[in-house]
Amino acid sequence: MATSKSAKFDIKTYGGFKAITMLCLLVLYAPLVVVTIYSFNASVSLTNWEGISLRWYVDVFTGPESEKFKIAALNSFVIAIIAATVSTMIATLAATAMIRGGKFKLRTVSFGLISLPLMVPEIVTAVATLIFFNSIGFDRGLMTIILAHTAFCIPFAYLPISARMQGVEDTYEQAALDLYATKRQAFTKILVPLMMPGIISGFILAFIVSLDDFIITNFVKGAGVETLPTAIFGSVKQGMKPNIMAISTMLLGVSVLMVTISYFVSKSDNTK
Amino acid sequence: MSGNDTNAIEVRDAVKRYGDFTALKQISLSIRDNEFFTLLGPSGCGKTTLLRMIAGFEDVTEGEIFLYGDEIENLPPNKRPVNTVFQNYALFPHLTILDNVAFGLEMRGSSKSEARARAGEMLELVQLSQFAARKPSQLSGGQQQRVALARALAPRPKVLLLDEPLSALDLKLRKAMQLELKHLQRETGITFIFVTHDQEEALTMSDRIAVMSAGELQQLGAPTDIYERPRNMFVADFIGETNLLEVSVDKIESGRAVCHLGGGHELTCDAVDGIGVGSKVHMSIRPERLYMSNEPEKDGSLHGRVKENIFIGTDISTIVELDDAPDFVVRTSNSDRGNKRIFEPGTDMFVNMEKGAARLLID
Amino acid sequence: MAGGAASGGSATTDTYKEARTWLLMPAWVTLSILVLAPVAMMLVYSFLTKEFRGGVIWEFSLAAYDQFFCDRGLFGDEPCTIEWTYLQIFWRSIWQAGTATLLSLAIGFPTAYFIATRPEHTRPMWVFLITIPYWVNLLIRTVSMKFLLRDQGPLNDFLINIGLIDSPIHIVNTNFAVQLGLFYSYLPFMVLPIYAAVERYNFSLSEAAADLYATKWVTLRRVLLPAVKPGVIAGCILVFVPSMGSFLAPDLLGGAKNFMIGSLIEEQFKGNAGNWPFGAAASMILMTMVLVLLLLYARQQARAEKAEG
Repeated sequence: MATSKSAKFDIKTYGGFKAITMLCLLVLYAPLVVVTIYSFNASVSLTNWEGISLRWYVDVFTGPESEKFKIAALNSFVIAIIAATVSTMIATLAATAMIRGGKFKLRTVSFGLISLPLMVPEIVTAVATLIFFNSIGFDRGLMTIILAHTAFCIPFAYLPISARMQGVEDTYEQAALDLYATKRQAFTKILVPLMMPGIISGFILAFIVSLDDFIITNFVKGAGVETLPTAIFGSVKQGMKPNIMAISTMLLGVSVLMVTISYFVSKSDNTK
Repeated sequence: MSGNDTNAIEVRDAVKRYGDFTALKQISLSIRDNEFFTLLGPSGCGKTTLLRMIAGFEDVTEGEIFLYGDEIENLPPNKRPVNTVFQNYALFPHLTILDNVAFGLEMRGSSKSEARARAGEMLELVQLSQFAARKPSQLSGGQQQRVALARALAPRPKVLLLDEPLSALDLKLRKAMQLELKHLQRETGITFIFVTHDQEEALTMSDRIAVMSAGELQQLGAPTDIYERPRNMFVADFIGETNLLEVSVDKIESGRAVCHLGGGHELTCDAVDGIGVGSKVHMSIRPERLYMSNEPEKDGSLHGRVKENIFIGTDISTIVELDDAPDFVVRTSNSDRGNKRIFEPGTDMFVNMEKGAARLLID
Repeated sequence: MAGGAASGGSATTDTYKEARTWLLMPAWVTLSILVLAPVAMMLVYSFLTKEFRGGVIWEFSLAAYDQFFCDRGLFGDEPCTIEWTYLQIFWRSIWQAGTATLLSLAIGFPTAYFIATRPEHTRPMWVFLITIPYWVNLLIRTVSMKFLLRDQGPLNDFLINIGLIDSPIHIVNTNFAVQLGLFYSYLPFMVLPIYAAVERYNFSLSEAAADLYATKWVTLRRVLLPAVKPGVIAGCILVFVPSMGSFLAPDLLGGAKNFMIGSLIEEQFKGNAGNWPFGAAASMILMTMVLVLLLLYARQQARAEKAEG
């Protein structure tokens, strides 16, 4: 940090920008921090603070709604793991073609297709997917959620993977080819290991996107099938209860943990 | 069609085009067995393109490349028994030093233990055995360089290609590595093809040099040929420092050409094939082949005044303003100052050429 | 994320060019079946006849679009006059999304600038701090926001306790709450592209301006802002587009009065009261608006890139 004396003449510094940044962080974090704190509230009421307690966490696991949340959590994780795994594999192959496949006619079209889920408003994707499954007579359930999430997660997995691949110089693969490796060997023995940080971040981001998705899931889930977000939404609609805050805090913790892992993995540069 | 199998590499009429741009214009050259051969030229001259065509990383638009008589230009890089030392070494960052060196052998089908044993020997050769278990990032630039060499040599390639391998090293390390490379080439008996833009490096290391510019071969020859008998303006100017004079050729007699400067001053030098009577050409004289005196010592002595003396360590460089030619640079070695004179700026004097110093240039 | 949409990053080599068709095949197949085909089917559905218990009857009909744009009186037999109900909902969505975008810009620009001028090794940490909340479940963030802003919520409690106000401020179920929710949902999308642009900015230009007697604020307006404009535009689009179609913020924070397109569409597919063709038509209209906006942006970007050479 510049001292006040030098800051006076620093062309880069604008008064107030730091304060706004702090305000920005406050706005971003205040709701999360407040919910985390109140999830430990001993009171049955939402807002009266009656001391620290884990009762709402216990309630999540043993209370009247615990069975519903357990099934929803299991569904959420199964869907997220399958969708993230498949979309990461698809994205890795696609990135190899896009970044290591030279120039070709369908390149721009392919990129447009891959990023389409990011450009179309999510609710439109949700409506379209629902209509599609309905039109081909595909019964809604876990499977429809997994399929919809897989497609929706592809761009999220693709972006860090392709960014990473652009960062890996192609001389490593050339050196492998020069040393008698086939292209397949150059891919599996050299490119994929070097891509690992990008692939892991891609997987984690896809996992979080799937785990967090509400809108698409809400449309394509069948009756009776719930994921954590739809279960939470259902409960909130009936009125906010403290156990929602406990479950939200846990889910929040999972997301923050995974993003933190992703951050450190992508920061570790194994080409240096 | 087959090539001459006594040549390690033979390039015949090789052309490389990228769309409308021609990177290589019909290059033909032969590289002999067991030779330290250098492709020298400024960046963008096509030297790296030619090297990458030999390695198999670039398609050949037209022409053929032979490796000991076998046509190879259509083989993928992993089917060519040539290996490359890359400019940035391209050591696989996720593998240990030993596994890096063993990689090529394993890909060629050696068992893991065989490959590792041979890799160990190679590391011994470059004196890095103690680093076998480390990752490339834990080694210094010079050490990485030697690992890259060991890795490329381990599969016993027929030809080793080196793409500006020393450019990332500092001056001192570069000088040491130049010698080490030269020794390694003699020890292994493998043909080396070395790419560089550094003319001093090329002169120091090579058996023969191909000077390239704008996708064309300018001159091919031993370092002394290239330096002392540059064929054209580009080579004379690119290799070392030189003084250029515009001259007209008056007559050619028994291998000697008599020329005159614009002001009428007459000079004599060796005749060159392709430069006939009446042609207006450039004459090149290296600064260290000139010396200064009070009185004209030869027919070709040029009169002028000293403008400036510049001390550059081993030498003194004198800039001379001539009566009927552009300024000259005269280089006097400090160790030669007993025999040769240095004049104060402003002094009138004559510049004399040593025998055989002047060289006529094509274009 | 639309920022690099035009190029998708440059191809570095063609090492795997023989295999590229096979490498792309899984992505093409998956996305064609699960994104392209559904959008096409949605277009078809918007021209079908509604079935009363949800779903459609396979009979061509313009009823959905007619319902959207035409007011035909109480019994549906009058000539078409403009139907304002749905246009108003669209207009409200644009207004809410626009306000949220401006709010994000007002906070996001100084934040992005501040981060981009930190010492280089600390910047990733700042960016990380800004992006963490984005990765937290949007539903949870919106619920948290609602909890914080409630009449008896911690914010009002706090303000009353420090004596700033006497009675709670009503924030939830107002337009402002929705704007705040949208701002909160998509702020990182504003910060990141602006940050990237400012980081690339050559500060010797600012120094040159200062050297030529420009004040700091003139420098900001006349030298820095034009240079980082592409980042600002990208940020605005990235906030505006998802805000337009958002469902959670208006639904949880806005209440019935502050209906936006997202809720309108959602309603058509819930239970038996829905109207699928109408929902499909409203989705088509929303998607068309967004894609036109993105297309204009891509063209403007391509032109700007060309101008730069």
